[in-house]
Amino acid sequence: MIKKFIHQFASPKTFLLQVERSYSFIFFTSLCIYVFSIVWGLLFTPEDFVQGNSYRIMYLHVPASFLSQSLYIAMAVSSVTYLIWRVKLAAYLVIAIAPIGAMTTFIALISGSIWGIPTWGTWWQWDARITSTLILFIMYLGLISLHNSFSNYEKADKLLSWLVIVGAVNIPIIKKSVDWWSTLHQSASITLTEKPSIDPVMLYPLIGAIIGFFGLIVCLILMSSKNQIFIREKNKSWVKDYV
Amino acid sequence: MNSTRKRRLFNICIVILFSMSGAGLILYSLNSNLDYFFTPTELKNKTISVDKRIKVGGMVLKGSVERISSKVSFTITDYKNSVNVEYEGIVPDLFKEESGVVVLGYLKNQMVFAEEVLAKHDENYMPPSLKIVNDN
Repeated sequence: MIKKFIHQFASPKTFLLQVERSYSFIFFTSLCIYVFSIVWGLLFTPEDFVQGNSYRIMYLHVPASFLSQSLYIAMAVSSVTYLIWRVKLAAYLVIAIAPIGAMTTFIALISGSIWGIPTWGTWWQWDARITSTLILFIMYLGLISLHNSFSNYEKADKLLSWLVIVGAVNIPIIKKSVDWWSTLHQSASITLTEKPSIDPVMLYPLIGAIIGFFGLIVCLILMSSKNQIFIREKNKSWVKDYV
Repeated sequence: MNSTRKRRLFNICIVILFSMSGAGLILYSLNSNLDYFFTPTELKNKTISVDKRIKVGGMVLKGSVERISSKVSFTITDYKNSVNVEYEGIVPDLFKEESGVVVLGYLKNQMVFAEEVLAKHDENYMPPSLKIVNDN
């Protein structure tokens, strides 16, 4: 039964109909969570004992950084799915996620730079965390332009998927950079194994912001994969009926 | 899983293995070159030429900050070894005693003449009122 469900869901047509049905629910729920958490975080949390008010940019920086890495992992998983089972939808997802991943990485870099000026006293330093994130950003751009440089979609999909898998090696490096080397960037505040080093009054809006931002980005990915489906399957009769 | 899919999975595993080991070897050979700064202990065990710009990081020793007009001098410590720093200019707001700092400059006579001072903050965030409660 699970197999049947996956097979059905992996068909672009079913996927599109499911997206249509659930899109507005996901969008409005995550928008509410996001706006609520951002307002809470920016206006109703106390100042930090070291950084004063400037720490509040983390309500933008942390969700963006978290997603820049998560989206790459999502691309890698889709790539493996495509390469093993040749699921077309997985290939569409890989290229649909890439520009959105680039965008979140860009937000993470910019917000990090802005945060760096009042706290560190500099907006850019070549430390391991910052540099590996910049590499991630360049990698996203490279993957997009590689895919665009092919006229044959199938070739482009295959090469892109292989490259995404090779590039996935950067993700653990970004994650562990603050532990392996001495960096200007502080180490992780929220980890799976230990108690978060952020006080609960600041942590709860942060978690809300991460969930809300995640939901909004999922909506963007759904829209972007819808685009991919239309572009790739424009000659199929169901697409013509749909449009 | 049929045999073609098994073969593809095997290929993917090989690619992941190779890229991981490739990256691992690169990082292993770069090793400490990827460190953003030296700690005072590392500095002690190294000979560094006077015209090489280095970064030294650690904590500002309590009671070591002295200001004479626009000059600031302080001691960076990793609680094992320490090194004195001299700097002329404006320090970041977060620069204070017993807090993280990274300086860029030149080492002369066991003393760092800094051109730039950056503050390093840690991963702890809490409201100031709670900080007072914790300290007492």
